[in-house]
Amino acid sequence: MLEFRSRVLQAIRRWFIEHDFVEVETPVRLSTPALELHINAEPAGDHFLRTSPELHMKRLVAAGARRIFQLGPCFRRGERGSRHNPEYTMLEWYRADANYADVLLDTKALLAFVAGEVKGTTDLVYQGHPLVFAPFWERLTIAEAFIRWAGWDPVKNYNADRFDFDLVEKVEPHLPRAAPVILTDYPAAAGALARRKPDNPAVAERWELYLGGLEIANAYSELIDPVEQRTRFAECAGQRAAAGRTVYPLDEEFLAELGHMPPTGGVALGVDRLVMILADLATLDDLLPFRE
Amino acid sequence: MYSASDLRKGLKIEMDGVPFDIVEYEFYRPGKGQAMYKCRIRNLLNGNVTDKTFREVDSIDQPDLEEREMQYSYNDGEHFVFLENRTYEQVTLSPDVLGTAKYFLREDMTVKVLFHNGRAITVNLPSYVEKEIVETEPGVRGDTATNVTKPAKIDSGLEIRVPLFINQGDWVRRVFRACGEEVSWSRGLKLENGVSAIRQQPDAVSSGARIP
Repeated sequence: MLEFRSRVLQAIRRWFIEHDFVEVETPVRLSTPALELHINAEPAGDHFLRTSPELHMKRLVAAGARRIFQLGPCFRRGERGSRHNPEYTMLEWYRADANYADVLLDTKALLAFVAGEVKGTTDLVYQGHPLVFAPFWERLTIAEAFIRWAGWDPVKNYNADRFDFDLVEKVEPHLPRAAPVILTDYPAAAGALARRKPDNPAVAERWELYLGGLEIANAYSELIDPVEQRTRFAECAGQRAAAGRTVYPLDEEFLAELGHMPPTGGVALGVDRLVMILADLATLDDLLPFRE
Repeated sequence: MYSASDLRKGLKIEMDGVPFDIVEYEFYRPGKGQAMYKCRIRNLLNGNVTDKTFREVDSIDQPDLEEREMQYSYNDGEHFVFLENRTYEQVTLSPDVLGTAKYFLREDMTVKVLFHNGRAITVNLPSYVEKEIVETEPGVRGDTATNVTKPAKIDSGLEIRVPLFINQGDWVRRVFRACGEEVSWSRGLKLENGVSAIRQQPDAVSSGARIP
């Protein structure tokens, strides 16, 4: 398994290098982790361990980087389950002058390449079910998926609690497994750091990739409006305070530089879960040699 | 009160006054959403297993449970009488509370009785119990297949299923996990009712003897 994982990492690097991406490393200890309502950072002295490298990577794009990727550890406090580990490897990449549709093409090409390199085929089997990586992926908008399986439209009437619950209880269990599935166009309120769709501001340009029913990657057309970003951070800080959670300080440097960022597409992909799928393992226990 | 993040396998919780045992537990945090705790829970009163998903914000009641060690004394014809080890208090339990455990009791056997709000709800036997087969069709010599079984009666009258090579007068061993759930013993012999078949007397087996 160690060798297999190493081959996956090498294949990922090779794909990015061949497509003119630059591998970068950004700080792991942060004083201002990204504010997200439900993601909790692990304190490390007077800093926090990063929950994602996104703010620093976007600052690199704002400073002129065109195509960058990073492979490295991220930490999320309290996330321990058969498909979660409090410490995990994240692959994150950004493409300037692009949107969430462009980075979806990157993702398709990357997965087909990696599967070909490590498995010799894109026709996989995951836990007894066929899973074919190329060329057709199932694509469902959040509204379509929720109307079909949960009986309501969260884009019209957003309810955060019901949205999260029905996603886990009603939508995810029904997602097709034979091909990768893209859930796209999230309600703007569930868009986090994604920009609104220009022709339909009720939805955010965000997608999530599922492989074999397992959530693998999250992508945005990045929000590059510093005013709206500040408003969203402030709302999130208020909600965190109300929920009794640590409120991280605003990253003022990020907000100051965000105004220089070109339209950008970004993807965050969980590498441990990708290796799990490629190696046909049911849980992270079978994959990680040192499990917390 | 527990918060959802306290949930884990083996934790005992209470919902609407009913105590439950968490038999399976899975952490979920979909996308950027709130954490969910998908649990499979077992009703400690009737053994029924159901699924229940808790949200991060849920708080969950803690049941008043107490486990007491007791020694089985006798059956008065209907009820089962135990002696509490510490206080020598006599406790009478109905056959309902014992369930199938009643077929595996032996005089002076030490058991653990689980009380909920002061009322006995389950009886946990020692980690294994051995019983003699008192009635079964004659064994088929040389047939060591374990997936083909036949009915057999143990000395307490319970009918179980055993492999064909088991004879009248043989002993079988039933293994329990701490929570009272039966599992089959080692050696790849997985039989219905979680009973492992053994050909030797119990003493020989506890010293590590194996099925030929």
